[in-house]
Amino acid sequence: MSRTRFGYEGVAVVSPATVPYQRFSIETAHWWIARAFKQSLDQAGLRPGDIDGFAVSSFTLFPDNAVGLTQHLGLRPRWLDHIPMGGASGIVALRRAARAVQAGDADIVACVAGDTNHIDSFRNLLSSFSRFSQDASYPYGFGGPNANFALLTDRYMKDHGATREDFGRICVAQRENALRNPDALMKKPLSLQQYLDARPISDPIALFDCVMPCAGSEAFLVMTVEEAQRRDLPFAVIVGTIERHNAFADDPIQLRGGWAMDIDDLYGMAKCGPSDIDLLQTYDDYPVISMMQFEDLGFCGKGEGSRFVQNRDLTIFGDFPHNTSGGQLSAGQAGAAGGYIGLVEAIRQVTGTAGPTQVPEASRAMVSGFGVINYDRGVCSGAAIIEGGSA
Amino acid sequence: MSDPIAPPGKKNPQRRTDVPNTPPPQRSRAALGLAAAAAEGRFMLQVCGSCGEVQYPPRDACSKCLSVDLNWRDVSPHGKLIAETKVRATTDLYFRKQTPVHVGTVKLDVGPSVICHVHGDVGADETVRLAIKLDRAGQGVMMALPAEETPFMDDDPRLRETSCTPKHRRILLTDARNPNAPEIAGALKSAGAEKIFVGLSEDWRPNRYHDDIMAVTGVEMLPLDVTDSKSVEELAAELGGKTDILVNNARYVRPGGLMARGDTVFAQNEMDVNYLGLMRLAQAFGPAMCARTADGTNSAVAWVNILSAYALVNSPDYGCFSASNAAAFSLSQNMRADFRTSGLRVLNVFVGPTDDDWHQELPPPKVPAKTLAGSLVQGLVDGLEDVYCGDVAKDMIERFRASPKIQEREMTGFRS
Repeated sequence: MSRTRFGYEGVAVVSPATVPYQRFSIETAHWWIARAFKQSLDQAGLRPGDIDGFAVSSFTLFPDNAVGLTQHLGLRPRWLDHIPMGGASGIVALRRAARAVQAGDADIVACVAGDTNHIDSFRNLLSSFSRFSQDASYPYGFGGPNANFALLTDRYMKDHGATREDFGRICVAQRENALRNPDALMKKPLSLQQYLDARPISDPIALFDCVMPCAGSEAFLVMTVEEAQRRDLPFAVIVGTIERHNAFADDPIQLRGGWAMDIDDLYGMAKCGPSDIDLLQTYDDYPVISMMQFEDLGFCGKGEGSRFVQNRDLTIFGDFPHNTSGGQLSAGQAGAAGGYIGLVEAIRQVTGTAGPTQVPEASRAMVSGFGVINYDRGVCSGAAIIEGGSA
Repeated sequence: MSDPIAPPGKKNPQRRTDVPNTPPPQRSRAALGLAAAAAEGRFMLQVCGSCGEVQYPPRDACSKCLSVDLNWRDVSPHGKLIAETKVRATTDLYFRKQTPVHVGTVKLDVGPSVICHVHGDVGADETVRLAIKLDRAGQGVMMALPAEETPFMDDDPRLRETSCTPKHRRILLTDARNPNAPEIAGALKSAGAEKIFVGLSEDWRPNRYHDDIMAVTGVEMLPLDVTDSKSVEELAAELGGKTDILVNNARYVRPGGLMARGDTVFAQNEMDVNYLGLMRLAQAFGPAMCARTADGTNSAVAWVNILSAYALVNSPDYGCFSASNAAAFSLSQNMRADFRTSGLRVLNVFVGPTDDDWHQELPPPKVPAKTLAGSLVQGLVDGLEDVYCGDVAKDMIERFRASPKIQEREMTGFRS
């Protein structure tokens, strides 16, 4: 790892698009993806034929993939990617698209994630998710990710003395943020007492620790800074990214993610430290994972996550704005779009276009992704630091 | 300790019987190794032949050195429960009826972390013994058991789901005239069977085992002739809905191979009892039993065949009898396929020559009825699919696994 990585100079990230989520939808993933894609193009004043790069993430496209979508949506890209990395998809799409644009393999890459949610599609998704989960996880109660994360939450609480109240603080703050986001599925305030009293799902996880599966889609475009400026688009620039898969495979249970391996690389590349970050978007499928990210991304030491959330205000106007759109916990988990929600919101934040959820004077955001419970832990991790570009 | 399970009360005839569901049945081919280990009650994992790394979940290549030489080996089942949860919400129809499902992560001493079912007597951070058990889908699943026996531990609901224990159950033993009938009935009773129905063919004929069988409490003798379809159907009509375990001990055995016999008379009897008898029983009792596999404490749970170990490879001294048992063995695999969706388990007890009138000319070792009965009941309690009872059966399966062809050549070659 002694080689110096190239930066992402000259690359602009623009046109963050979110199609309002729905709990259930009669439409298909193709429909949801088309809508976010179109919304993103419209913002940039582009037509589908102007795009020569396309990256997509979706769990419910079957039997199609990115290839099928080119014909379905009438695209003729010279750069195409299908990224099946769940909650890490947004970061990974951003990294790959940025390199493609930087190298000239593509001029404008559309990165899109979307899924539909039919009655019973969650159960069907679980039953064919991965070979290891089919063989060695789901036959044990078929609790899905709830059960997996209950196990590591149990261990985390025992090792680090975290309490349900500590996790509740994360969820309650996100709900407060979500109430400012008109598109969030959760519309009612959540008190810490309501969090603690909620129906148990898989001990110690209860109802408000779990995301609500829904239909939805998210998109953004990656192009050169010159192109963004020519089109007069607010844009973000990438100052650092990391990606890691199957880190710490010998840990008997997951109490840290791949970020812990690469965090110095991330800050080194971005030439900043944790205190320079104006807002953080973590992958929040469960609050314990957000807490782990606070630790592994350097905002506090290992095991100090609970003290950290006790002492910081995680709301939009607090001293540590976190998951400002409400995150998946309060806005909903739209399948693979859950891997984009934080990134798309962060692009809005650093370009000053977040509207009601705007963090005042936000110029630098960190986004982290986490994905694919292949067996007993999330395998993919990634993070990026982006800044608002000067138009 | 576990809460002792109370005997079930009378069934409410107006209540709908719970519909049988199985836990998720899909597995990769590699993961079927767990079912194979569980079928015999062994704790086996894949071990890399190149670097020795123990693998879990089952793989096609070593996660340390990429060797594809992965072999299922008996390994130490000891480990520590490092995390646990109670799953209270699930979309699976089988588990929905069983919430909360106690699930945990065990770090095995031999390396891997294993997500597993957890016995109710296991506490947080305790050392455990992992077992691979067959679940109701007939798949091997991991279960963390207390390191030491605990009172009433077999009554743990999760463990009982993997077991076919006779406790509180009603059993049909098909042949009162088999010399092993008294011992089997007695062993079932000792294991807590609520009721033991014993089938008696040609009830006008005296039965020398009658008194010994009737000495077992809870026994009821009923007419049953497995060679008579009408007799089988009549008993199934009366008993099919309350048979929780069927133990088919009906057997017709005469010495002699193909050329030692001048006709097919004995062979017809052997096929009629050992093969067609099983078929008649399965067709008559199978559907009712399969419909009752989720029927509470005394649900239908298992079907037991007692097969000659010579079902695997022919023993020429009993060549025609061996052939009838090979047919029955093959049929038992068909039964497993047909019963699979119901969760009704088929237990095959393979046994070498038994110590009875028709094996007088054979030297020891021969299997006494008491040993057979003990193995059979233990197989039910442990929830196995294959039991090899006695030294000859164990020797047979070991040779069979090493090389069926060499075994055939051994057993068919110049007899001195």
